[in-house]
Amino acid sequence: MKVLVAVKRVIDYNVKIRVKPDHSDVDLTNVKMAMNPFCEIAVEEAVRLKEKGIATEIVAVTVGPKASQEQLRTALALGADRAIHVETDERVESLAVAKLLKGVVDEEQPDLVILGKQAIDTDNNQTGQMLAALSGMGQGTFASEVAFGDGVEEGEIRVTREIDGGLQTVALKLPAVVTTDLRLNEPRYAKLPDIMKAKKKPLDTRTPEALGVTVASGLSLLKVETPAERKGGIKVGSVDELIDKLKNEAKVL
Amino acid sequence: MSILVLAEYHDGQLAAGTAHVVGAAQAIGGDIDILVAGDNVAGVAEAAARLDGVSRVRVADAPVYAHQLAEPLADLLAQLADDYSHVLAAASTDGKNVLPRVAALKDVSQISEILSVESADTFKRPIYAGNAIATVQSSDPLKVITVRTTAFEPVADGGAASVEALDIVASSTLSRFIGEELAQNERPELGGARVVISGGRGMGNGDNFKLLDGIADKLGAAIGASRAAVDAGFVPNDMQVGQTGKIVAPDLYIAVGISGAIQHLAGMKDSKVIVAINKDDEAPIFQVADYGLVGDLFEILPELEQKL
Ligand SMILES: Cc1cc2nc3c(=O)[nH]c(=O)nc-3n(C[C@H](O)[C@H](O)[C@H](O)COP(=O)(O)OP(=O)(O)OC[C@H]3O[C@@H](n4cnc5c(N)ncnc54)[C@H](O)[C@@H]3O)c2cc1C
Ligand SMILES: Nc1ncnc2c1ncn2[C@@H]1O[C@H](COP(=O)(O)O)[C@@H](O)[C@H]1O
Repeated sequence: MKVLVAVKRVIDYNVKIRVKPDHSDVDLTNVKMAMNPFCEIAVEEAVRLKEKGIATEIVAVTVGPKASQEQLRTALALGADRAIHVETDERVESLAVAKLLKGVVDEEQPDLVILGKQAIDTDNNQTGQMLAALSGMGQGTFASEVAFGDGVEEGEIRVTREIDGGLQTVALKLPAVVTTDLRLNEPRYAKLPDIMKAKKKPLDTRTPEALGVTVASGLSLLKVETPAERKGGIKVGSVDELIDKLKNEAKVL
Repeated sequence: MSILVLAEYHDGQLAAGTAHVVGAAQAIGGDIDILVAGDNVAGVAEAAARLDGVSRVRVADAPVYAHQLAEPLADLLAQLADDYSHVLAAASTDGKNVLPRVAALKDVSQISEILSVESADTFKRPIYAGNAIATVQSSDPLKVITVRTTAFEPVADGGAASVEALDIVASSTLSRFIGEELAQNERPELGGARVVISGGRGMGNGDNFKLLDGIADKLGAAIGASRAAVDAGFVPNDMQVGQTGKIVAPDLYIAVGISGAIQHLAGMKDSKVIVAINKDDEAPIFQVADYGLVGDLFEILPELEQKL
């Protein structure tokens, strides 16, 4: 089966962000960028499906500026067979990303689309669900396990989902959309020879226009602020002092 | 303006979060309806009808809605949405699963996890794990929104809304429910507890989480965990607090053996009082803790339990 994996270029999760002085957005100049952690998990899952002989081809796709080809190369180094770059310099909201991905789905006709559950910049947690709706597919969000055969019928995928109360398992008709949660797998690192080989793998470019999608959105970002900083408190010397403070100062006991 | 709130319930009980979402709907202003979708949900509908400020409870009672599967539920919500200016749900795993699907079906954006209502079309929401707060405005005819429940006061009981049955039965050929493994827990719900005590990698193993039990019993606390503790298999996933787990804002949060990574802080830094217990006096958690106690948790926890 063919697997499409969507990856997003975001700020590295270890970087402490700064808000621009004019409050228009977060300042990304000279900041270390990386593949969104949940997308790394998505790529890893696709690669494992290929290693198990279930997936036959992995196509990685991203929407973003020229620089996001870096993340496609990473996906290729990790095991994707080819990549598609939907190039745009605009700010693209989740709905528009979902429409662009639907355009790619229509062209590529994958059996399975894997996305991260959330991008750690916008923290939206929307794109996979939206893509599933637009493509008329079922969705297995927040997946901690995917399986084929195991208790489900031919032409279905079994997805275990992390939900507030515990775990839920569903069967989805293929083609389907899966979004990854943290415990689906532990992504590998790319090896140097694979990074070299990735440079030769095919990378095609598309434009939103060619896919017939306008990226304009009904949402506008008016302002970005730093939240009220929490001040550190004091260190106490003993359990007795802690209990005393909680009772008599903070009055929470 | 008219607002549709999707009710959430577990085990036939209306979830506490729904009253907070109605609180957010009141901040927007307008007529408020609640949708209860499920199989045999008359009891939930009755509880929803008692929430203050609700005009009407609409009930879609059919087996297809039994497990809140996103595909049929989104179809139902999309059919109802034309009557409303706003559709709201809690930013719970159910809300996050279904609302983006509704938004896409209606060709509008979705606004995730709002913290405040600035006006009927302008909202604040956290981005970058809560390290920045964005103010966003929507010009869409329909606003589809998930609500961070800890950021809004719940409405009280005391209303008497009308209850109306809907006969829309969505089809569900795309997905089917196979099973569920729900954590059995006598303790208060993490999202709503007045006190939360969480353990991290420093707890060492799952057995040691028992050290938190006695303290939680005495304080009526919910028990949470860091991602490291969940990944290591000490405790189940539904206990994870943080950017990608549960968001809590109790009166008292006690972090035990947790270093204080930004992804963990994202889930608890709006707590009123934070206590950190950690043997490393440089641990970043101390930068946000009101009261820090440096030491070995294996000595401190038994003493704390005994002296409380
Ligand atoms: C995309 C993404 C999302 C994430 N989402 C989350 C999330 O939602 N929630 C979350 O928590 N994390 C999340 N993380 C992980 C986060 O970055 C940290 O790795 C994690 O929070 C660390 O957990 P910890 O503090 O328990 O472990 P550690 O960082 O290993 O800290 C353990 C602490 O225990 C202390 N300790 C050890 N032994 C003792 C002892 N005997 N007595 C006292 N103290 C002791 C140590 O001094 C140390 O400070 C996420 C990461 C990524 C990349
Ligand atoms: N610009 C993008 N390009 C490719 N994939 C994206 C993009 N934005 C979001 N996604 C995918 O959608 C997932 C969830 O993102 P979001 O809904 O924005 O939180 C990400 O983990 C990606 O898999």
